Amino acid sequence: MAAAYPAGFKYTKDHEWIELAGDRGKVGITDYAQAQLGDVVYVELPEVGAKLKQGQSFGTIESVKAVSELYSPVTGEVVEVNAPLKDKPETVNSDPHGTWMVVVKLTNPSEASGLLDAAQYQDLIK
Amino acid sequence: MIDQRSAVSGQSVTSPEPFGSRHIGPDDTERDEMLAVVRAASLDALVDEAIPARIRLTKPLDLPAGESEYQFLRNLRSIAAKNQVFRSYIGLGYYDCITPSVILRNVLENPGWYTPYTPYQAEIAQGRLEALLNFQTMVMDLTGMQVANASLLDEATAAAEAMTMLHRVQSKRIDGVVGPPQFFVADSVYPQTLDLLKSRSEPLGIELVVGDWKTAAFGDRVFGALVQTPDEAGCVHDLRDFIARARRAGVAVAVGTDLLACVLLTPPGELGADIVYGNSQRFGVPLGYGGPHAAFFATLGKHVRQAPGRIIGVSIDAHGNTAYRMSLQTREQHIRREKATSNICTAQALLANIAGLYAVYHGPKGLTRIASRVHAYARQLESQLAALGIRQVNEHYFDTPRFALPGGAQTTGEIVKAALAARINLGYRRDGTVQIALDETVDEGDIRDLVAVFARALGKPAPAAEPPAPAAFAPAIARTTSFLTHPIFNRHHSETEMMRYIRGLERKDIGLDTSMIPLGSCTMKLNAASEMLPITWPEFSRLHPFAPVDQAQGYQQVFRELESMLATITGFAAVSLQPNSGAQGEYAGLLVIRAYHRDRGDTARDVVLIPASAHGTNPASAVMAGMRVVVVASTSEGNIDVDDLRRKAEEHKDRLAALMVTYPSTHGVFEEAIQDICSVVHQYGGQVYMDGANMNAQVGLTSPAAIGADVCHINLHKTFSIPHGGGGPGMGPIGVAAHLAPYLPGHPIVATGGAHAIHALSAAPWGSASILLISYAYMKMLGRDGMTDATRFAILNANYIKSRLEQHYPVLYTRENGRVAHEMIFDLRPLKQASGIEEGDVAKRLMDYGFHAPTVSFPVPGTLMVEPTESEPKGELDRFCDAMIQIRREIQAIIDGTADRRDNVLKNAPHTASAVAADEWTHPYSREEAAFPLPFVRAHKHWPAVGRIDNPYGDRNLICACPPIEEYA
Repeated sequence: MAAAYPAGFKYTKDHEWIELAGDRGKVGITDYAQAQLGDVVYVELPEVGAKLKQGQSFGTIESVKAVSELYSPVTGEVVEVNAPLKDKPETVNSDPHGTWMVVVKLTNPSEASGLLDAAQYQDLIK
Repeated sequence: MIDQRSAVSGQSVTSPEPFGSRHIGPDDTERDEMLAVVRAASLDALVDEAIPARIRLTKPLDLPAGESEYQFLRNLRSIAAKNQVFRSYIGLGYYDCITPSVILRNVLENPGWYTPYTPYQAEIAQGRLEALLNFQTMVMDLTGMQVANASLLDEATAAAEAMTMLHRVQSKRIDGVVGPPQFFVADSVYPQTLDLLKSRSEPLGIELVVGDWKTAAFGDRVFGALVQTPDEAGCVHDLRDFIARARRAGVAVAVGTDLLACVLLTPPGELGADIVYGNSQRFGVPLGYGGPHAAFFATLGKHVRQAPGRIIGVSIDAHGNTAYRMSLQTREQHIRREKATSNICTAQALLANIAGLYAVYHGPKGLTRIASRVHAYARQLESQLAALGIRQVNEHYFDTPRFALPGGAQTTGEIVKAALAARINLGYRRDGTVQIALDETVDEGDIRDLVAVFARALGKPAPAAEPPAPAAFAPAIARTTSFLTHPIFNRHHSETEMMRYIRGLERKDIGLDTSMIPLGSCTMKLNAASEMLPITWPEFSRLHPFAPVDQAQGYQQVFRELESMLATITGFAAVSLQPNSGAQGEYAGLLVIRAYHRDRGDTARDVVLIPASAHGTNPASAVMAGMRVVVVASTSEGNIDVDDLRRKAEEHKDRLAALMVTYPSTHGVFEEAIQDICSVVHQYGGQVYMDGANMNAQVGLTSPAAIGADVCHINLHKTFSIPHGGGGPGMGPIGVAAHLAPYLPGHPIVATGGAHAIHALSAAPWGSASILLISYAYMKMLGRDGMTDATRFAILNANYIKSRLEQHYPVLYTRENGRVAHEMIFDLRPLKQASGIEEGDVAKRLMDYGFHAPTVSFPVPGTLMVEPTESEPKGELDRFCDAMIQIRREIQAIIDGTADRRDNVLKNAPHTASAVAADEWTHPYSREEAAFPLPFVRAHKHWPAVGRIDNPYGDRNLICACPPIEEYA
């Protein structure tokens, strides 16, 4: 069963989502991305305090047969990391839009306006 | 034209028994039947259709006729006699040892162990996966580390991999620091280790700082340090303070060590090392004049994803039973390509298995006995030489005491003379001392002979023999922890139990002794018994790689002839036999190209063009050689897009270093445009590197030089019959055109290579020398006509399979006339759409039919690539085709709705005997359909040891050591 694409999220062409709240955003990967990867076995995330740039890699995600970079939807600083994810990476498969990886404090909130909305993203993956 | 005679037929009555008809599967009758099926008028007509005319050789190879197996072995005996097996106490990482006969006969000389492929298809590889897990567990226990891989090519390569891995894990430390990152190397590591570190560090911009570890300073730029104990002089060091000091400075530490020494001495893992590496050779693997041996590499759990090489892990199968598999495969080159952790692909599985089984056979008590004996003899030697007034100078030693000689150079000269007269090689050092590395073969008589050498040289009578002194080490360096406590190392100590344990493992696996292994790109051809016999002849197996070359004249003759034959076959001017694997050959070739450009002042050339369809090792090797990878697109027909190539060559014309191209292509086709492709690259100042993985389709018909290449590597373990060993060893010599010959790799101890040789790439000067004998045998026995016939039959067998299967599965790429080279790709993607069945399901279902799968999802995802080789007879090709056709029917049943989409013979494959014989059977198909889908299967049934393995479970719950004993069925 495909998960729904929450209307409140913003999406990237690299298949990440960001759920914005003020100047902070939770970042994860989309249902489409997890389906393409298959069974996720490992997620490598940055440490709190890491500086991220929009469009640049902030980590990697591995499945049994593929490995992929995680690209930051926005520029900012990592203020929280989903540490327990390391021990249960399969939740990326079972609940992609409920499984955030990092919380980013945006340094340039206007960047978010350039991201896709749910309808635009679903057009992209059609 | 190519000579029309066939080795298979046309022999006169007095001709020697031809080897060609033994090596090549189909006989004349079968050949004609197959030609009818492929609709070719003759074998020559088929070859003409498969290979473009303009790249064909115009005359036969200038090589001698083949010898019969009997003639060859008789001739080789006289060559072997030119090797002189002295007792070698040289050490430097290589020691004589005793291969337990039960392991020699049942593993090293057993096709059940040496013919299988790398255990990607884990369900039919549980035997050697268990053995490799034993190896890993042994390494972890002895070194005191948390994880170990399933072996690397050689010790020096392992050291270089340690350096590059520490470079990765320490990236944060050197981030933002001004100047090139530095790696400290103790000046007391083996010379070959240091040379390889030089070779590998420079292209990556790593600065080596070589010095005395006791006074090493750790500046900001130093990210790692590498030391060795026992060191190259045999001296054992207490590294506790050094490692603590490095860690305080934020520097990660790799330690080279010796497994037998770790039995008695504090292992580096207990001192806080990040990596521990070394050679497991002395655990029962013959010297072989340099190899093959299995290097070991152990690290901390937190670094495991950065580790190079294959790692075996524990998972579960579909029934919840324990099952083994290769873990963390996403680190490998076919997935990561230029981001791979290293280009290491081939492991040394056969040798790692021997070393692991050696530990199983001896157990902790046996190993302690062996290590204690070796050390006791070393102490006896020390005390007896002391009686002659000769002083031992190593502060601590395990097996290698070192002696200062009274009287200087003249005494040394006398000792050399006396030792040679006694047929003994010692370790003579530049500082005038002599080191004597003892091993498990040494007994009282050997010590007596050694003492006599010194006594004679000094003109004194030999002192009376004393009993060996018991082992005793200073508490600071003595091992206090237990090891090999797992039951697997404590229950197979009688020969009966050991023989049955080995046989029990072997029967779980599919090798060429069971059935065809149709792996595309891997060339799983016959490894003939006559080719294999010589590798364990003592004249070849007991030579130390650094023995004086005049003692190895037999080997030298084999090397010369082999180099010359490979030069003839490739059309090149010179050959280096040093690279230990195909990927190592790629790396060597790229460094030779780099050296050539630099020598001409062309220092900016660092761009390598690599087609999208290339083997994953290509981009990984290029990155290691300090080059930038630019990917060239493929056309929809699967060929290199020549326009794209031209555009990119033009764009990078000032920086173009090389093109890496596989020929025939990884798609199994002789591309028409290959010569144009090569000339475009030359036009813009680049060199052409040909990946020789598919050389089996070229020998005698075309050549790397004929297509326009400047360098190629030759996978001797594919085209020239070295067995795959269940995942190694391999050999990847390189051939080069005349202008590149001066740069062929050298060696720090034994003179070899070109006039401007690059640094060594392997620990030993001629790589894994002993298995070169296998390729030598292949070439000498097949001769010119036999080798050319092998190529022609490889093409016939491939086109025969294509003709039989193409109406069932679409073939992705062919020449315009529909011909393939020596392999072909079947496209399963349309079937996945219609049935939900994936290529992996077909691979597992083939196990129920008794076959190993073809190559899965390389070079195109969703496909199977089949390469039958010339060695398979028509009957086996037909059984494989029948199986594939029956599987196609099974898929059709799903499409038609007569079989369930989830609960079907494919999704549930492979079916184990326990599952089929269980009282409860809930599937909608019969047990007979599950286990005996075609009549022939009944006669050849191979039961998979486990059901479908859960891959995600294994990667999520990483366990790389032997599981608790209750897990053993």
